[in-house]
Amino acid sequence: MQLPPALHARLAGAPGAAAPLPVQRDSLAGNAPFRFAARQVRFPREHEFFEDGDVQRHLYLQDVITQVAAEPERPRVPEFTCQVAGCCQAFDALEDYEHHYHTLHGNVCSSCKRAFPSGHLLDTHIQEWHDSLFQILAERQDMYQCLVEGCTEKFRTSRDRKEHLVTHHLYPADFRFDKPRKGRRPASQVSTEAIGEDRAPSEGDAMEVCSEQAEAHPEPPRERRVYSHRSVPGPFLNQVLNLCFWRILGLMLSIPTERSRTGLECWLQGEMKSLTPPLPLGDLEPWEHSLPDRSLGGDGKTQDATAQVTTTACLSSANAVFVGLI
Amino acid sequence: MWSGRRGLLRSSGCGVEELRCRRREREAALRKARREQQLVSKRLLRDEATEEAEGGCVVVILGEAEIQEFLRLALRGTEEKERERALVSLRRGLQHPETQQTFIRLEGSIRTLVGLLTSNQALLQLEAARCLHELSHSEQSAVAEACLPATSYLLTYLSGHSSDFIELCLYTLGNLIVESEAVRRQLLPQGIVPALAACIQSPHLTVLEALGYALSQLLQAKEAPEKIIPSASTDSLVLGSTLPQHILQLLQPGPKLNLGVAVEFAWCLHYIICSQVNNALLITQGALTTLGLLLLDLAAAVQRTEDAGLELLVCPVVRCLSNLLTEAAAETVGGPMQLRDERVLAALFILLQFFLHKQPSLLPEGLWLLNNLTANSPSFCTSLISLDLIEPLLHLLSVSNVVSVLVLTVLCNVAEKGPAYCQHLWPGLLLPTLLDTLALSDTEVVGQSLELLQLLFLYQPGAAQAFLQQSGLQALQRHEEVAQLQDRVHALQQTALHG
Repeated sequence: MQLPPALHARLAGAPGAAAPLPVQRDSLAGNAPFRFAARQVRFPREHEFFEDGDVQRHLYLQDVITQVAAEPERPRVPEFTCQVAGCCQAFDALEDYEHHYHTLHGNVCSSCKRAFPSGHLLDTHIQEWHDSLFQILAERQDMYQCLVEGCTEKFRTSRDRKEHLVTHHLYPADFRFDKPRKGRRPASQVSTEAIGEDRAPSEGDAMEVCSEQAEAHPEPPRERRVYSHRSVPGPFLNQVLNLCFWRILGLMLSIPTERSRTGLECWLQGEMKSLTPPLPLGDLEPWEHSLPDRSLGGDGKTQDATAQVTTTACLSSANAVFVGLI
Repeated sequence: MWSGRRGLLRSSGCGVEELRCRRREREAALRKARREQQLVSKRLLRDEATEEAEGGCVVVILGEAEIQEFLRLALRGTEEKERERALVSLRRGLQHPETQQTFIRLEGSIRTLVGLLTSNQALLQLEAARCLHELSHSEQSAVAEACLPATSYLLTYLSGHSSDFIELCLYTLGNLIVESEAVRRQLLPQGIVPALAACIQSPHLTVLEALGYALSQLLQAKEAPEKIIPSASTDSLVLGSTLPQHILQLLQPGPKLNLGVAVEFAWCLHYIICSQVNNALLITQGALTTLGLLLLDLAAAVQRTEDAGLELLVCPVVRCLSNLLTEAAAETVGGPMQLRDERVLAALFILLQFFLHKQPSLLPEGLWLLNNLTANSPSFCTSLISLDLIEPLLHLLSVSNVVSVLVLTVLCNVAEKGPAYCQHLWPGLLLPTLLDTLALSDTEVVGQSLELLQLLFLYQPGAAQAFLQQSGLQALQRHEEVAQLQDRVHALQQTALHG
């Protein structure tokens, strides 16, 4: 098929159309037994006319195995650590770092340091957890927005919203990115329904990806904890002294019965919790809380174990001092 | 233009002949599937380099105990590296269908995987996503559908920022989408269309290509014309969302056009248009102009390079243009939306030549576009003449019967416009070529030749005479007994003899 040489030049030339030759039809044209009539044709999706092209398309889909090559395409760089304060994760490839950064430090709430998978969820979180105006308005109007992008529905309570997510959007009932606010959140007043739903999280707040930084605490922490270390000499001593004080007080108040002592013990533990340095996942559950649920928090687990060790150490030392005093 | 990551069939030591044989088999299977309207293909993203580095791709089948051990390590291992390695081992095992079956039957396995997917450990997340991806690629419905609990999270992560992770989520979603209507019935209310509409604004080419793939799978679904494409009042369906505008933007020709991305979105557009839901809307958004310009760009590209795969883009663009031209909105006289540039004709012929060499099976589609351009347009018919394209057209007559019918139809489009047009068709090669086609036995080809002859006899003085002199009557005689042709044969014989 030889194309006229001027054709390529025409393609590269200016847009334009030829002045049409005059049209002059005879009524005999296309008359029976002839049937030709110039007309455009359209083909619907399943028409066999498209068979060849469709088969080529699918051969392409099946053939091409995209290489997500880790070695050749990801130049290794000298090992470097994450620059975010408090995070000591090390990397030797930029893509790994990118993913780490976006997952853990990307959409982070500046109040409680929780990380979120998207800006949308972060915004919703800030509004619902850290905005006192939100709480006030929520008493009078529907403020809880549906989490699905594009859905503009709003709800009176977080429970109603979950109901909507499950029935309307077919989301799982335990969708991790829709945890209600806990009762002990200090930031603003607690809505009653949040307390009502405040059951111990069975899987931890996995979305609120804990960066290795300070978690929910009444005031912003003054010092950031380094990832793999946990040296807390100053506060530790404080706790020991505190405990001793309270135990001596307890003794002086002569609480004889075993049960009361246990009760006091629990109360003391409660006090301990509020005194210990900030821990991940906000609530420090009593340590009979099953470990595996924590483990989903990844690094949080290490810190939890350490937290528990520290608390044990505190109480042991306090006990030791106590016994010594007696 | 292809992104540097595109690889071809990996050479597994097979000879070229064996590869061709396998390709033929797969082609036959695909044709059969298409005829049964079961055309389903999935895409697999796999880290080949690492596999090969670690001594070949022998896939180990994992048993229940091993799977449980890997899951346990991944969840509760004390060291990061240990947890990662456990998941990598699991993922490798999941490349085998048997492991997949064992995995989905284990209680809590998917739940654990989803837990790891949503953990805060970036690398574990990625590995968990890869495991899910392997499962999504399975040909067995049970395995793919086992991934359903993860879809709400996959969709949520589309609005994140980590491009590798998003790409993986998109390919996984694309594989799941094509699995069954049940899956789509879950994904649509979960907001897949708005999620894709938000994600399409990503600057990453790999993400865009993956998104195009996922969207094309969604649009190819049987129920798409009713349930997925329409422009409902909410933006939960495709034409009501911002997707069409973004798609057209991604198809704009120019230095930023990426072939891999464009291929996916051109197919998306084709599925939307051939469903004929609301093509007028697309025309108002400038689809005709964009596609026309893209066609010009492609014609220029095929001249420049031997780029493998350009026909994968040309095909859907041709289809989209051709179908759109049939819309009433396309004919708004004087409107800017109308396709009137004769460069389109030049581009089309350059592409027809390209098809002839590269992919002859696509010639009919190109000629179909030519028919739609010329049928109602004196302007384009005139351009066909003034650009000297009649002869090249005649040369296509020997390719196949389908092609011949289409070529003759286009010639009829020109001839039926009257004497001024027939004058330019005559004499040249037309007569000898027509006599040749009359020697064929295919009824449709001959029938179309007879139609063209009638028009020529009507509008071109001397045509009948020349026909007689070239033993035209004998050529006609062959078909006197053929049922579909005899009436027309006799009529022509009469006209030729008696004027």
